Amino acid sequence: MKGKNTLLDIYKKEGTRKLLASLISIIMGLIVGAIVVVIVGVNEENILPKDISKGVKMIFAGILTKGQDAQGDLVWGFNSQNLGNMLFRAVPIIMTGLSVAVAFKTGLFNIGAPGQFLMGTLGTLVIALSVPTDTVPAWIVWILAFLGGVLAGALWGCIPGLLKAFLNINEVLACIMTNWISAYLVSWAFDGSAFRNLTEGTKTAYIYKTSHNGVSTPKMLLDKIFPDSQVNGGIIIAIVIAVLIYILMNKTTLGYQLKACGSNRHAARYAGINDKRNIVLSMAIAGGLAAAGASLYWLSGNTEFYWNTYQSLPSEGFDGISVALLATNNPIGVIFTGIFMAMLKVIGNQLSGYTAYNEYIADVIVSFIVYFSAFALLIRSLLFRSKSKKKEAAQPAAGPEQPTLPETADSAEETTKGGEDA
Amino acid sequence: MKDKKKEAYQEPVTQTEENTEYIIEMRNITKEFPGIRANDDVTLQLRRGEIHALLGENGAGKSTLMSILFGMYQPEKGEILKNGKPVKIRNPNDATALNIGMVHQHFKLVDVFTVLDNIVLGAEDTVAGFLSKKKAREKVKALSERYGLQVNLDAKVENISVGMQQRTEILKMLYRDNEVLIFDEPTAVLTPQEIDDLMATMREFAAEGKSILFITHKLNEIMAVADRCTVLRKGKYIGTVNIADTTKQELSNMMVGRPVQLVVEKEPAKPTDVVLSVQGLTVPSKLSKKNAVSDVSFDVRAGEIVCIAGIDGNGQTELVYGISGLEKASKGTVTLCGKNISKASIKKRSAAGISHIPEDRHKHGLVLDDTLENNIVLQRFQEKRFQTMGFINRREVRKYAQSIIDRFDVRSGQGPVTTARSMSGGNQQKAIVGREMDRDNPLLIAVQPTRGLDVGAIEYIHKQIVAQRDAGKAVLLVSLELDEVMNLADRILVMYEGEIVGELDPAETTVQELGLYMAGAKRMNRGGEQ
Repeated sequence: MKGKNTLLDIYKKEGTRKLLASLISIIMGLIVGAIVVVIVGVNEENILPKDISKGVKMIFAGILTKGQDAQGDLVWGFNSQNLGNMLFRAVPIIMTGLSVAVAFKTGLFNIGAPGQFLMGTLGTLVIALSVPTDTVPAWIVWILAFLGGVLAGALWGCIPGLLKAFLNINEVLACIMTNWISAYLVSWAFDGSAFRNLTEGTKTAYIYKTSHNGVSTPKMLLDKIFPDSQVNGGIIIAIVIAVLIYILMNKTTLGYQLKACGSNRHAARYAGINDKRNIVLSMAIAGGLAAAGASLYWLSGNTEFYWNTYQSLPSEGFDGISVALLATNNPIGVIFTGIFMAMLKVIGNQLSGYTAYNEYIADVIVSFIVYFSAFALLIRSLLFRSKSKKKEAAQPAAGPEQPTLPETADSAEETTKGGEDA
Repeated sequence: MKDKKKEAYQEPVTQTEENTEYIIEMRNITKEFPGIRANDDVTLQLRRGEIHALLGENGAGKSTLMSILFGMYQPEKGEILKNGKPVKIRNPNDATALNIGMVHQHFKLVDVFTVLDNIVLGAEDTVAGFLSKKKAREKVKALSERYGLQVNLDAKVENISVGMQQRTEILKMLYRDNEVLIFDEPTAVLTPQEIDDLMATMREFAAEGKSILFITHKLNEIMAVADRCTVLRKGKYIGTVNIADTTKQELSNMMVGRPVQLVVEKEPAKPTDVVLSVQGLTVPSKLSKKNAVSDVSFDVRAGEIVCIAGIDGNGQTELVYGISGLEKASKGTVTLCGKNISKASIKKRSAAGISHIPEDRHKHGLVLDDTLENNIVLQRFQEKRFQTMGFINRREVRKYAQSIIDRFDVRSGQGPVTTARSMSGGNQQKAIVGREMDRDNPLLIAVQPTRGLDVGAIEYIHKQIVAQRDAGKAVLLVSLELDEVMNLADRILVMYEGEIVGELDPAETTVQELGLYMAGAKRMNRGGEQ
């Protein structure tokens, strides 16, 4: 029993280290973002000095602005609209983040989340808009549309999974290709379909909102907490899914198998685990999760899908990668990093509303954070190194195998950091 | 114990400039890596014209010390002297300039270059900026004839045998007129005959006044060829002994720090029923069109250890893959306890009663980034005991892992939740051995179970394998180490180029005879066998 406490301590340390590394990269990203805001502001004539200071303030705490007073100064306080919208926009990002995180944990890099998101969009919208709600209750249509979307994404995720498992084709290549295939496929499927918004003349490039057919996600009282915002029960569903994924990956035999296959396919095979099945399965789960993000987003009833999508892939898919990276692939962590990412997007919108800054400044910050989160690994290993030195100095007898040449060393330090998320 | 042996040790003597009996001296070298002191105040004195062995277990710091001498690492403390004068060796070029050469354990050759190109690489002769190989060719030829180092100068390295690759490396050192030659575990990849040749070459070098540092953990070779031996243990200098005044047992005690049993005591085998029967097994090769295993037949009975001997790469790996199902056999049958499992999946074969200590513990044996406890239930996590409705029964897994850890003395930093990667090789192997033996299957396949382990761990694993046999298990052992083969086997099957070329009784055969079979120079007609 004596050993238990120290074990817990080390576990805690590991967690703190991860958290710390992510926080450092976020803060560094924000600081560099602020510097960019200043530089852009100084060089743009139509951005006033006052705007620059506002921009910097908003980057760090924009979510808490209530608006501006008569002098144009920021007013701080609880902004229900901002916070609600943040939660609303976090939903698809959390889901794609989970998708990427699950794949990462099983040794796969799912860069196909945008494609899976699009296929989920197709499946969801077709079902939500075509099943007549006067004969079928709307909530059943909602469930069908959700499941249909998830299924479409899961099947789409299977394609790179199958290619990887049976033909050993790198999943990154297959994912990138299936992304664009899905982009064209979805545009083609909606082009000429009855789902295009023909009732509002200017909106033919959009698909009807699902509320057009009376289908939308219940608010689950969140609109009472965050009035005037787009928030709905989707965020609660996303959080529940994240918790379920956490349980799946950490507590079940299925998760154990998936992870074993991911970190060492050969050892898994040796132990009699069906490695091919597990690769396909984890890509299917990843695909389903990304698609679930699409389903929840479009089923909100107040979003419209721009179907003419073949020129670009949905950014939610790529946001998933950064969100997962920042969360060090921890499903619970993804909830927070997803909300954080959504917050930056809300701030970006607000910034362009209050000042002459372009809303894309938020994307600049996001990309800095992504860069720094790639450094998170490095930061973590630096933190690890300094701590492990102390730790091992305290118990030199337990020395690991001799560190021979660095490239062949299979001793503890050299390889742990690299292997952790690769 | 240390006091008794004291007379055999020589305390390091401080040298004056005039007294240059030593060509190389490494004085009080200390080298630290994060969390470990790989060399702690180590002194090594190499005499002119001697063969000096450097002995130690894995992790004792031998390779680090040699890497320092070769300029790959800089020590924190200590100095290096050549001919009594302090020198700085900052990189391998400095070492080459001081005429220090090294044959690395993993050869540093360019596969697609010819032997000659590899030898001259980095020391090319040029005429007006163009390569001139004529002089080089003559010099290399002369060297190879003088020392009997046969190589085909125009063959590409990728096409020549390991032995010839090693000779290429040696010629590389000679071509550069090196006078200090470092051999890092040179015999690991050679056949017994090739080892004898190498020893003879080394003696010849020494007789000519070249000084040789010979890194190894094989005691036989030290006794056969070395003049003196320096022993390291856990990074510390233990002592330097004259080989003429010492014994194998003493060396191994110095190396391990306690008396070690070099030969496992075992009763004669009492084989009973056939457990594993392999008939006509053929496994295609992944690398060439030939079969890696062709038409191999043999039986293993309960209560005996059958050992597959052979030089690495003669089909032993694929034979085991064919039996365990990791690779598909194209022909033949595998029968376990009377049940034909030739077509069964890996999982079914394992469940039918095969425990398997795999050859490559990092590739197949462990999920390195997972915890020790998860690795211990790698094959068993779906058993009722360890899961309820698909949820892992963490408490039971931990309890079971702890019991394996206790019984097989698996040492690790954090017990069951240690990451497998952070454990030492010996303890990783003990965990695998424990896991496989505890599954209590009628057949145990152990492939190179002691590879890369130190004497203490080898002793332990050998005892466990014999204990399995005595408990009535059938044991199929695949080993490249002749000592291990002669020590453990009740019957020896020799594999050469995918076939079984001989069946020998270890009590009636010699290492030399075994070597002839392994090299393909001799074969036996096994037609009479059932």
